[in-house]
Amino acid sequence: MSDEKTATGLIEIENVTVSFKQKKKKIVAVKDASLTINEGEIVGIIGSSGAGKSTLLRTINRLQGVSSGRVLIGGQEIEKLSEKKLRELRNDIGMIFQHFNLIGSKDVYSNIEFVLLESKKTKAEAAKRIDELLRYVGIEDKKHAYPAQLSGGQKQRVAIARALANEAKILLCDEPTSALDAETTEAVLNLLKQINKELGVTIVIITHELDVVKEICDRVAVMNGGEIVETADTYKLFTEPVNDFTKNLIQKESSFQIPRGVLNEVPGKIIRIDYYNETAERALINETIEKFGVKINILHGKIDFIKNRPLGVLFVSVDGDPARTREAYKFIKDNSARTEVLRDA
Amino acid sequence: MLESFIEIEDKLLKALKETAFMSLTSLALSVLIGLALGLILYITSEPLLKKNNLIYETVGFIANTISSIPFLILMIFFLPISAFIVGTKIGSKAVLVPLTVAAAAFFARLAEASFSDVDKGVLEAVIASGAKKSHVIFKIVLPEAKVSLIKNITVTAVSVLGFSAMAGLVGGGGIGDLAYRYGYQRYKKEVMIICILVLIILVQLIQKIGDVAVRVISKRGR
Repeated sequence: MSDEKTATGLIEIENVTVSFKQKKKKIVAVKDASLTINEGEIVGIIGSSGAGKSTLLRTINRLQGVSSGRVLIGGQEIEKLSEKKLRELRNDIGMIFQHFNLIGSKDVYSNIEFVLLESKKTKAEAAKRIDELLRYVGIEDKKHAYPAQLSGGQKQRVAIARALANEAKILLCDEPTSALDAETTEAVLNLLKQINKELGVTIVIITHELDVVKEICDRVAVMNGGEIVETADTYKLFTEPVNDFTKNLIQKESSFQIPRGVLNEVPGKIIRIDYYNETAERALINETIEKFGVKINILHGKIDFIKNRPLGVLFVSVDGDPARTREAYKFIKDNSARTEVLRDA
Repeated sequence: MLESFIEIEDKLLKALKETAFMSLTSLALSVLIGLALGLILYITSEPLLKKNNLIYETVGFIANTISSIPFLILMIFFLPISAFIVGTKIGSKAVLVPLTVAAAAFFARLAEASFSDVDKGVLEAVIASGAKKSHVIFKIVLPEAKVSLIKNITVTAVSVLGFSAMAGLVGGGGIGDLAYRYGYQRYKKEVMIICILVLIILVQLIQKIGDVAVRVISKRGR
């Protein structure tokens, strides 16, 4: 995959617009989107439904053609590829889906065999590869089961095996965990992480679940109304979102209402403390209590870890001598990422 | 009733043979032609394969036109063409041509629906894996649509049997002809009843065969 053009990323989406004509109305699904994805990265694309995530993802393997702009894979503009070259490229790009999309009339073995034979492998080569793949995704015992006999998690594992069958370098994931329960989601995400780390597969994942993003993405692109409104490192996106839409999306997730009854009963000042980066490392609450002799009561708290870095929110009440409370609040404010007074003392 | 049965036994057997010949031959031909037309309709309407509005609309228009003509009229209209193709204007053979044409148009639309019911996601998945489109059609779409196709072949077979009852009009014979000429024109009520019973049994038989085929095929697979 070499070209005279200097390629900075493995996948380059340059000013891509996709529009459809539907009942004489022109619908713009993706509007002037640009995104660079580097080799070995896990990049998430988030946004509300209808934001154009699926359409954008499908321009990467040309399941969806572009109306304008370019998509380059390894420096090659894919819109210009012949049918045959496009098929070869698609061998390098695996894809998995929310509803797995396994061939119902074929068993697990034949589902994977089909794509191997399509890329000119012999039956014997295919047999060997299928054993390898099923062992890797952990479902060797289901080799001759039909999709209808498998659980959601098992189906997604087969789909992953099929997507990687031809040693794909890129894996496109279209809401891969949205039809799975929490436990299975965790397992599938771990498998994706393992594939990324061990096989060096670049992963592009679209999802509406922010937890999925926090769990595995290195970087995130946020889409709204067909446009990419923000692209950032995952931790940065959650701690310092720039775009209003992103802020809204993230806030919705972490919003928490203290029950009115609690607000009335608890004495003192009630504040919300956000902490991340270096501020998250300090024993702030303990320090404040020792330094100012105020009472601090934790009403609610949540800590997330993104790539092993903490990101937390705490709701506390600070009670005691008014002057000391004020000083304590100032101390907390200076030593945390963000604070908000929900009720004054 | 038994007396009249014995009386017409020979005629009934002959009629049954004619009906079987007309129905089975034209069913076989119309399934082949209809399958091909159904595939063309499906492929030209599916953006993931080879969407082509001109071909889709043209083939669709022809199928619709044939389906809108009552079979009786279609049959008469086709007599000169039958003469050209099978060399005769009368008899069971002459009926084969219009019967096949009508059934093929009917089955083409049903087959198109069977193909369209194949999960779009599966189609997307195999195309994304780099499979050849011709392989996608013959190795994925056809097997995936198999059960639905067999159900629709059964429906077509019953229709063909119904169409063939009108063959008597051009000397094609068959059960329908027997019922008309003896049961109606000669006031032999018993013959009419026997013919109806035979037709009922035939339809039940066709349905049963279709159901068994579906069961056998569904067992392997999903």
